[in-house]
Amino acid sequence: MNILTVDNIVAGYGETEILHGVSMRIEPGEAVTIFGPNGCGKSTLMKTIFGLLTPKQGSVMFEDADITGMPTDRLIHMGMSYVPQTGNIFPSLTIEENLEMGAFVDDSDVRSRISEMYAMFPDLQRGRRQRAGSLSGGQRQMLAFGRALMLRPKLLLLDEPSAGLSPIMSQLIFDRLSDIQQTGVAILIVEHNIRTALAMSDRGYVLADGENQLDGSASGLLDNPDIGRLYLGGGRPDAPDE
Amino acid sequence: MSMQTMAIRARSAAHSELGWSVAIVAVCVVLLLAAPGKVVNGLLLGSMIALGAIGITLIYSILRFAHIAHGDYMTLGAYITLFLLTVALPALGIDGAGFGPFTFGYPLLIALPITVVVCCALAVAIDYSVYERLRERGTGPVTLSMVSLGIAIAVRGAIQMLWGTEPLQLPRASRPFYHLEFEIALPTGGALPFDIRIPPDNIFLGLTTVVLVGALYLFLNRTRIGKAMRATSDNIDLARITGINTTRIIHWTWVIAAAYAAIAGTLIAVSQAQMLPTSGWNTLIPMFAAVTLGGIGKPWGALVGGLLVGISMEASTEWVSPAYKPAVAFAIMLMVLLLRPRGLFGERDA
Repeated sequence: MNILTVDNIVAGYGETEILHGVSMRIEPGEAVTIFGPNGCGKSTLMKTIFGLLTPKQGSVMFEDADITGMPTDRLIHMGMSYVPQTGNIFPSLTIEENLEMGAFVDDSDVRSRISEMYAMFPDLQRGRRQRAGSLSGGQRQMLAFGRALMLRPKLLLLDEPSAGLSPIMSQLIFDRLSDIQQTGVAILIVEHNIRTALAMSDRGYVLADGENQLDGSASGLLDNPDIGRLYLGGGRPDAPDE
Repeated sequence: MSMQTMAIRARSAAHSELGWSVAIVAVCVVLLLAAPGKVVNGLLLGSMIALGAIGITLIYSILRFAHIAHGDYMTLGAYITLFLLTVALPALGIDGAGFGPFTFGYPLLIALPITVVVCCALAVAIDYSVYERLRERGTGPVTLSMVSLGIAIAVRGAIQMLWGTEPLQLPRASRPFYHLEFEIALPTGGALPFDIRIPPDNIFLGLTTVVLVGALYLFLNRTRIGKAMRATSDNIDLARITGINTTRIIHWTWVIAAAYAAIAGTLIAVSQAQMLPTSGWNTLIPMFAAVTLGGIGKPWGALVGGLLVGISMEASTEWVSPAYKPAVAFAIMLMVLLLRPRGLFGERDA
């Protein structure tokens, strides 16, 4: 059974339709990358999956439950978590309070969960009473992951996790995501840093103009000459980024 | 920006924070030496302003609009207490004024919690029936403030219809002031006489403020809802994504703001000889001055701002007519907006 099944979603803002029937699926524990040109509807798809936008048509299934248009706190209870691209931490709260907020809908086990997060991200423990606003870009991203992982989600949605970070820091972030995936969490990533994201993913989807253009295994997409030419900056799949 | 310029920026920022603190302390010391009695009264007035300003700043930090009806919520609290003390409680045989050294009677302690509950319920009901509908339509902050002005006028109108426009007063018995007289020797050889008269009521008011501020601190920093309220104030979209029920947070905000407003309104009526339907409205400028001075959206800023505005207003009566007290508050607000628009505790990036 798929952990997430998106079936023929039509969605947009007001009169403007952005997604014209997008479908995709994620299996348990799988890492999937979505990419495509600017304005192809990546972020809109993410918001629709997480219930922040109600689709005009189509459905979103989480395991065997229809979650189309379901309120956020229910989705969190069911095992989904979302890390937006920007503004993904609470700057005036301490690091520890940020993690506590991650467990807001169910704080029955909050202490031991916080310890687990500190074990996974030791940097956070060092400054746990520090205001989150004082963290660097990479540390903020780690804290945002920690917050999103507090309730042991089965599926983590990430919108451009490496945006605004240095190449070294991006690599570090993707290494951490690999670690997170190893613990059995399925990950859906929207990313412009395609080569790095695909390198840690199992499969990928290419969107264009709000429609599915292509999908396949991550290695297949990396080897595809069309993808290489359009999105990876040249026809040589083994060429380094930038 | 290079690391060096960042370090210099940080240092000069720290420098100016220190400069401001020193300037404020210096002004307070000068005022204390010039007019010690006024400072005590100023702290009192300031703590009442602060209780109202805390509500305004909380509402701003969560709902992002200037709540102009806040003064009238305070007046409403005072009049509900008046109704309880003069009509409802006496009907139950609970009556009396003069309680120990205080001018008010023990029934006030029974009336106050009832007033708080009624005002909180009204504030949430107004949010549900007015503001929530506007929020759903994405109404902007200016419109919301104008709507709150409308609600201010409606609340005041209701008070005038129910209680009339004549000055009224809470039941009170006369009590002597505490009279403190002492001298402080100066290094120059002379001595400064301190001659302070404190109505015992004011000690009750001061202690109540301390308890309420302490309770707010514990609420915001130690409870789950309080932390979620700070989180919502930081970023309401992220709060929703995290599963925080922001509607519930908004209701909590109104409950705290209305409770503190009702208590402040009642305490102002206790500390002053008379109450008018315009009493709260007239406190609005000092409250907004306190909010601006402390940095909008910062509860501790509202407290410090309230105390400073109160002290300045009282101290000014040493030199100018008390009729100019609101003008002093207004002057403080203008100066802050010109010199340091983010206030004492406001953040640059906020």
